[in-house]
Amino acid sequence: MELFNIFIKSAFIDNLVLSYFLGMCSYLAVSKSVKTAFGLGMAVIFVLGITMPINWLINEFLLKDTGIFGTDLTFLRFILFIAVIASMVQLVEMVVEKVSPALYNALGIFLPLITVNCAILGGSLFMVSREYTFGESVSFGLGGGFGWFLAIIAIAAIREKIRYSDVPPALRGLGMAFILTGLMGIAFMSLMGIDPGSY
Amino acid sequence: MANKLAEALKKIEPKHGTLAHTAFDAFFTFAFVPNETTKPSGVQIRDGMDLKRLMVHVVIALQLCYLFGTYNIGHQHFVALGQHTGFMEGFDVKLIYGLVKLLPIWIVAHVVGLGVEFYYAWKKGHAVEEGYLVTGALIPLIMPPDLPLWILALSIIFAVVIGKEAFGGTGMNVLNIALLARVFIFFAYPTTISGDEVWVAGFDNAATAGATADYGWFITDVINPMFGSFGWNTFREGAMIADGWTGATPLGLAAKGGWDAVTNVYTQSQMFWGAIPGSIGESSKPFIIFGMIFLIVTKVADYRIIFSGIIGCIIMGMLLNVWGANPFMEVHWANHLIMGSFLFAITFMATDPVSAASTATGKWIYGFGIGAIGLIIRVLNPAYPEGWMLSILFMNVFAPLIDYYVLDANISRRMKRARATVKA
Repeated sequence: MELFNIFIKSAFIDNLVLSYFLGMCSYLAVSKSVKTAFGLGMAVIFVLGITMPINWLINEFLLKDTGIFGTDLTFLRFILFIAVIASMVQLVEMVVEKVSPALYNALGIFLPLITVNCAILGGSLFMVSREYTFGESVSFGLGGGFGWFLAIIAIAAIREKIRYSDVPPALRGLGMAFILTGLMGIAFMSLMGIDPGSY
Repeated sequence: MANKLAEALKKIEPKHGTLAHTAFDAFFTFAFVPNETTKPSGVQIRDGMDLKRLMVHVVIALQLCYLFGTYNIGHQHFVALGQHTGFMEGFDVKLIYGLVKLLPIWIVAHVVGLGVEFYYAWKKGHAVEEGYLVTGALIPLIMPPDLPLWILALSIIFAVVIGKEAFGGTGMNVLNIALLARVFIFFAYPTTISGDEVWVAGFDNAATAGATADYGWFITDVINPMFGSFGWNTFREGAMIADGWTGATPLGLAAKGGWDAVTNVYTQSQMFWGAIPGSIGESSKPFIIFGMIFLIVTKVADYRIIFSGIIGCIIMGMLLNVWGANPFMEVHWANHLIMGSFLFAITFMATDPVSAASTATGKWIYGFGIGAIGLIIRVLNPAYPEGWMLSILFMNVFAPLIDYYVLDANISRRMKRARATVKA
């Protein structure tokens, strides 16, 4: 039940994009069509879901002073987390290239750039600061990824719709995306304040 | 006669491209229907249901809510004072007090909103679109009666500029404009629109003991002498708030103590007929149901959204009844329909054809989502007393996505059928 609560909380209530504004660069850049947004969202769910438990193991058994080295190595946290994330992204890139070359071309540079997607590193750092257990970190990774996925396909659908609107020239493209993100943030505030753990 | 008048007015038409021309054109097309018709051969449009007629239907459906809302402002004020506590007692003062409170809100909503519309129509060089009429009619009904007018003006400017004109004007917005104006106030000036004491007009601070009624010069110097000379009821300056009056809304009470706490203060029929504190137009359920039937019969509102919204609310209410972890969850699902603004929101806000999903299947999903999520916010979210405003905005965000996948499923189903036919 606790795991389910963390999933719901990270997907809807503490949405990584719409309440922490993490992972904005690819969120804004790849949200022009639902198909590519769907692909990138799936990739982010996968990367978050894999790196979170791996980083948890690294943090718990290598870096902490209770780990196998017996000394406090937490200053290496950033570099090791990034290394894990980069290798996972490399894996995803290879799989996507093999399975769906069309998606690979559509995502372009933004697929390798998941490495520096702040939502992923941010998720790992949240996991450390919130002192999640192993199971909780898996559920947080999947939930956070799902929230990011939901946000990017929702904005992609809206952006596909407003392509036919008479948007003032100065706001076309990125300007509109920023306004939309703000308005979506207001809509997502509807769920903020619910504490699933209290029921 | 009317033709001559139109011709005479056409003579004073200002030059194209000026703000004066934009305003002239707007009022001219309002007053005069174009009398050109197509030739009686070939394909014809049978019913010229244009945007203006569509909008006017919603405004007509709202009139009874306006009528009741106006009277209820006065009624709640006098109930708080402990004078004329019967619903029909003091009819004259209650009605005039409601008008004194409602008219400024109505005027500001229209002048500010239409002002922004006129400005953009002039700048972009198109005719004024009628889209604001419904928004302008809805906004006063969803506000508390004592809202400072500058906050109202600010929220309308925000909603119309950011929510609508940035997206390209009428028919292009993603979120519902009236709700965007309300949500702006809700998050930027929360104390003016939530809590127990904002729903009654005419007190500086209704929460403190011994608060007194505070009438402006218009009531003390104009209305009071006039009503006195007719022998009607008059207002008593400095009257004290009645002992034991709290102004809590049914939802506020239910959140604290469940259904029993509500029935201690309000009866079920009182809540149904609407003599309870709340936003101006949302309290009277029979008049809202009248508007709902009117909109469904004239096909202005889609019945799918309304029905699936009610079904969603009922199913979620039943689930929460089964769960029953606290007194608020144990409130019977049927009672959720008459508390708060559910019917108003699902009839007039959710059915906005622009921000709702536009496919038939999508409308069922969209409405169901509003009903279910709204009740979740109302019952499970301690931060907000009521959920429909936020749940409708939430589903507005997902409406294009729902449409996308409904269309996608439709396309792939037809492709499959086409392929099967080709093979066979």
